[in-house]
Amino acid sequence: MSDIGDRDLTTYRDVQLSPDFSELRRRFRRFVFPMTALFLVWYFVYVLLADYAHGFMSHKVGGNITVALLFGLGQFVSTFAITMIYVRWADRRIDPDAEKLRHQIEGEPQ
Amino acid sequence: MTAPLMLPLATDIGNPTVNIAIFALFVLATLAIVFRASRNNKTAADFYAGGRSFTGPQNGIAIAGDYLSAASFLGIAGAIALNGYDGFLYSIGFLVAWLVALLLVAELLRNTGRFTMADVLSFRLKQRPVRMAAAISTLGVCFFYLLAQMAGAGGLVALLLGVSHRAGQSIVIAVVGILMITYVLVGGMKGTTWVQIVKAILLVIGAGIMTIWVLAKYTFNLSGLLGAAVDKSPAAGEKLLSPGLQYGVTGVTKLDFISLALALVLGTAGLPHVLMRFYTVPDSKEARRSVSWAIWIIGIFYLFTLVLGYGAAAIVGPDRIKAAPGKANSAAPLLAFELGGEVLLGVISAVAFATILAVVAGLTITASTSFAHDIYGQIIKKGQISGDGEVRVARYTAVVIGIVAIIGGIFANGQNIAFLVALAFAVAASANLPTILYSLFWRRFNTRGALWSIYGGLASTIILIIFSPVVSGKVDAKTHKSLSMITDTGIDFHWFPLDNPGIVSIPLAFVLGWLGTITSKEQVDVDRFAEMEVRSLTGAGAEKAVKH
Repeated sequence: MSDIGDRDLTTYRDVQLSPDFSELRRRFRRFVFPMTALFLVWYFVYVLLADYAHGFMSHKVGGNITVALLFGLGQFVSTFAITMIYVRWADRRIDPDAEKLRHQIEGEPQ
Repeated sequence: MTAPLMLPLATDIGNPTVNIAIFALFVLATLAIVFRASRNNKTAADFYAGGRSFTGPQNGIAIAGDYLSAASFLGIAGAIALNGYDGFLYSIGFLVAWLVALLLVAELLRNTGRFTMADVLSFRLKQRPVRMAAAISTLGVCFFYLLAQMAGAGGLVALLLGVSHRAGQSIVIAVVGILMITYVLVGGMKGTTWVQIVKAILLVIGAGIMTIWVLAKYTFNLSGLLGAAVDKSPAAGEKLLSPGLQYGVTGVTKLDFISLALALVLGTAGLPHVLMRFYTVPDSKEARRSVSWAIWIIGIFYLFTLVLGYGAAAIVGPDRIKAAPGKANSAAPLLAFELGGEVLLGVISAVAFATILAVVAGLTITASTSFAHDIYGQIIKKGQISGDGEVRVARYTAVVIGIVAIIGGIFANGQNIAFLVALAFAVAASANLPTILYSLFWRRFNTRGALWSIYGGLASTIILIIFSPVVSGKVDAKTHKSLSMITDTGIDFHWFPLDNPGIVSIPLAFVLGWLGTITSKEQVDVDRFAEMEVRSLTGAGAEKAVKH
């Protein structure tokens, strides 16, 4: 295995500037950045509610189940959902194109 | 409902022989696995990264095993039992944090690095200074985390094995340390990974059985369980079911909670022992599957702890938990005893012990890899060293770290140093994550930015902790006892009001990374950046799995 840094660097530069790679990078970033913003905002909305809206959070929706508990479980649901959505999306929309580029860079498919 | 048991003292419950026997069985089984795994330990990639041949699901289970420390099992269950909903808040932060790793870090890191976090951070910047900074931060996080685990081991021994005198506890801490060294020396990353897999499976099954048991007692009615927990906790009452019991007291505690939430959610993706696990799989697709599996296991486990925490409040009751030797930490073991008697207590105790063992082994291999690969191999020897030479150094380092951990654990035994885990997360979020993200996504980022961010994040976190109430000057308003690490209430040098430094140190580290970058005249290495960006997304030139 060759060490990092002794490859033909111009190749990587060429790939980086190629339309195929730009498209892949754009697609990746347009998914992960908004998604990250989304879950962080949702998480901090929850944290701030838990911190400053005690009255609202301790409201009971049925039996001993409070709004806070539903919001907390909601964080679990959203985390599981984002995980599933991302894995499915990346398997379909990233892996095939990434693999194609990788074969171009590394030579013959192995 | 359970009949009230005639329980004299909590130390008397359970049968230490049963606990020790079950634990010994775990040790023997894992040792056998470790020795089997060691037969293929030939190259550096074998020792540091388990030959990169674990599957996504295997690695995901191992990540859960690495991540779910005794603090998150006993600690969170206990926090929920005593502080109700506020304990639950921890587990949510610990879980949501994994999305940062999933979306932004795991795959890109797997594709660009070889063995350590520093491989990625120094990829396109000036090698030696950045690698040194990243290695120091890695060793710092591992050290804080390790010390917290080892010191906790002493308390657990008192609780679970009935060893109450200090000499006995010290011997057990030494045994934990020696086992940990053995796992790492013999098994390398492969052996350590299998220990974590076995432990994670035992932990989830054990917690799962208890969860179903607790729920069955309340005819699978969560509301009924919550009601019983409230009835049994007259002091807290209804407040057990909503946030605020622990953190809602004053404006400062509320701010402290935001600070904690920030460190939790951003810390995980900067923990070096978590990052290193992504190198044990063959490619980025498996790294993605690892995180997905880890998220499911960790998430389900935290849902279990919610039931266990309220179950302990309902079935054991806060008074008996507070009176037990481990206080909050004893909630889950006491609940196990109430449910399944000696045998279940023995199983849960052994699992809790296995948890410490697996986590410290993971930390030790991370720290020794970082020392051998980053500091010795790349900085001192400038990369002019064979993989074998590096691995030899890594093995020596593991022994040294093990001995330091044993001595540190014996001295710290019984000290109030649980804050060290929070400190490790704060350092990871401040010193590591900004530089990881900048170097992956910001083209202009340069060496000065990395150094300012890493050292600035590290220093500000440690300084703020030293001058915070967790080290000195925190006094219980009712009992007038010290709640700080320094128990002498006469000594008080704190000026930072919060327990958690994250709200200051994390933004500071991001700003420093930006400021350092824009004030430096260093030219961007366009070719290295192109290589890093292309490799990170396509996996071209990424390290392949070792074939045996």
